[in-house]
Parts: sequence; C-alpha cells; structure tokens
Amino acid sequence: MGEVTRQVTLEGSQTGFATTRLDALLGWARKYSLFQYPFVTACCGMEFMALASPRFDMARFGAEAPRFSPRQADLLWVVGTISQRQAPVLRRIYEQMMEPKWVLAFGTCASSGGFYDNYTTVAGIDKIIPTDVYVPGCPPRPEAVIDGLLLLQDKIATGDRTPGIVKPREDPASIGNVNGLVQLQKKKAAKGDRP
Amino acid sequence: MSERILEKLKTRFGTAIFETHSQFGDDTAVVDPAKWHEVMTFCRTELECDMLTDLCGVDYPDREPRLEVVAHLYSIAKRHHVRVKARIGDRELEGDVEIDSVANIWPTANWLERETFDMFGIKFKGHPDLRRLLMYPEFVGHPLRKDYPAQKTQPLVEYRTEEEAGLPLDKQLPFGPDEGMSFGRKVFPGEGEAS
Repeated sequence: MGEVTRQVTLEGSQTGFATTRLDALLGWARKYSLFQYPFVTACCGMEFMALASPRFDMARFGAEAPRFSPRQADLLWVVGTISQRQAPVLRRIYEQMMEPKWVLAFGTCASSGGFYDNYTTVAGIDKIIPTDVYVPGCPPRPEAVIDGLLLLQDKIATGDRTPGIVKPREDPASIGNVNGLVQLQKKKAAKGDRP
Repeated sequence: MSERILEKLKTRFGTAIFETHSQFGDDTAVVDPAKWHEVMTFCRTELECDMLTDLCGVDYPDREPRLEVVAHLYSIAKRHHVRVKARIGDRELEGDVEIDSVANIWPTANWLERETFDMFGIKFKGHPDLRRLLMYPEFVGHPLRKDYPAQKTQPLVEYRTEEEAGLPLDKQLPFGPDEGMSFGRKVFPGEGEAS
C-alpha cells in the first residue's frame, strides 16, 4: 500500500469544517438508504413489480433493495387489500421491524379499504399500524408511488411524522392536446410508405 | 335431451320433486330436502353426473323456507347439466338448519359445503370435517345471511383509537369517487346529489 501524500489547501472561510444538526444529518442519511419490506397481498403487487423494474429505477432514490426479513427493513410497503384475517400478521410484521421505521400504504385498498366496504376487509391499515404516506389509486401508477416515496423522503429529512397523502394528478389524456403532451391523431403516412 | 333428465328424476322420485323448470338450456329441479342425499346419489349413478360444478347457498329472507342449497351437476361423458335445489329453514332460522352432506359422493363437496356452512350456517349432516373455510374461527355469525349487518366487522386485532393515532382514521378526500370508490357505501362531504 502506498502512502497517501496528497495535500489539500483551504483558504479563508473554507478552513476545514461544516456545521449541521445531528438530526438533520441522520435524516439526510436515512432518506437515501430505505430498505423496504414489500407486504404484497393483491393486484397492486403487479404495479409494485413495474415500480421495482429498471424502467422506473427506484435505485435513484436509494430504495432499491427489498429485504424479505422485517428485521432488516425500515420501510414497510403495504401493497394491496388487508383482510381481517391478515391483520394480525401485518401487525406482527410491523412490530418486528427495527426503529426507526416508516409505513407506506400503496393503493386505495391499503389506505382506506377501497370499495371492499364489508365484513372481511380492514378499512385502511392505519386502523392497525401508524402510516406515514398514503398513495391513492386503484392501482396507483408507478409515478404516483414515486411521488409518495419522495414525500416520505421529505418527511424523513425534516423528522415530520404526520401522515401525508399523495394528491392525484390530472390524467394527461383527459386534458387533450395541450403543449403537445398527447398526440391522439394518427401519424400521417409519408411518401413511399406502404399503405 | 336435458328435459329427459327432469323426466327421469320425476318418474324415479315422484312427489319428492317439488317443481321443475327449464329455461335457456338450464334444467332445475327443486327437491325435498329429506331426499337430498338420495336424489344426489341417483344423479351420480344413474344420470352419470360425475362432476359437481358448484354447491352453494342462497338466502331469501321473505320466503318460507328461507334458505336454499343449490348444486350444479355436470356429466362429462353425457355432456348434460342439471341444477338441483333444496329449500330449508324457517323464517327465523330457529334451531339447526340441516341437510345431508354429499361429500361422500363427490369429494369436492367437502370444501363447498364448508364454505356454505361458513357463509349461511347450514349444517351438513355426515360431513367429515365441518369447520369454517373462509372466515376465521373467532368469527360470530354467518355473513351472507341477509340479516347480517352490512357494516359489521369483527376485527382480530384491536383497532387504534383516533386519540392514539392523533388523526381522523375515517379517511376523506382525496379518497373520493375518482379513486375507484364510486360504488362504495361511504358518503363523503361535498358529494351527495351531484353524483
């Protein structure tokens, strides 16, 4: 091993220290190293698979590593409908996670029970466990979930534990052809194209 | 062809067949519940209905007898269907509502009868293992009976209170009609006549 001989010279106000608060530093570190535990129970799981795929690339946000043991995870994704029969399992998984831990309700069913307004479904996981971010949608688009993830990162950075809801955005297709966003017309055939 | 099946049933059992009807290629026989097992054995052996497609219950709260057990039979060799019904239980469903089990004729009836017992409380005499199939053992009552309260849930985990959670747990907007809940029973403020 060679000796490190490079010397850095700083001048004026740059001489060698920076100030921050410890909680801000911890928050900054935590928000980019979310280890997730996907608790997938229903059709939202398909959208979760899309989200976890390279196309949406959750690694950009430091949340690409799923852990299949709750003891190693700090973000619980509740993806799908939770039935009364499953509720004890979900509670137990949550209790097995180490502090600090966060919960994201993925989709309308996990957030509020959705249209399963009946004897067998838990009307929202916050009836059982504290929830940090709700992502409505049936199922939510991966973009909406990424919005939820960013919202959660903001909350982690500021230490805010009040629940947040991802607001639905307007569907570009319902707006029509604004700013060239949606091109619904057929492409005109160029000369030489086969009919 | 299939009306001949009803004829066979009628000539064999006579007055134990209460009524029959044929519509759109479906043949139905309503039989005496006391002769249920006998009729089903006949269907299996003489009519060669080797497949029990479904067995379920129906609750008609205004009728007397109130509950109905419906079996859908199919013959793979002869390619004919027949639907057999039996009506049991008085208006108040006092005492045990019982009918013979057919699990010794078609093994698949085992779970179908367990489901019917779970949902309607119909007891199948001679069933090898009559336990709840879908609901948990702690569940009280039978949810598909029309007198089961629509809003009633029986949580296995104690729900968090709103004081404990520090926020209203009955979530409102944006979990509205545009989030896939337009056919739920919940009414949100600001909706109502408009929808």
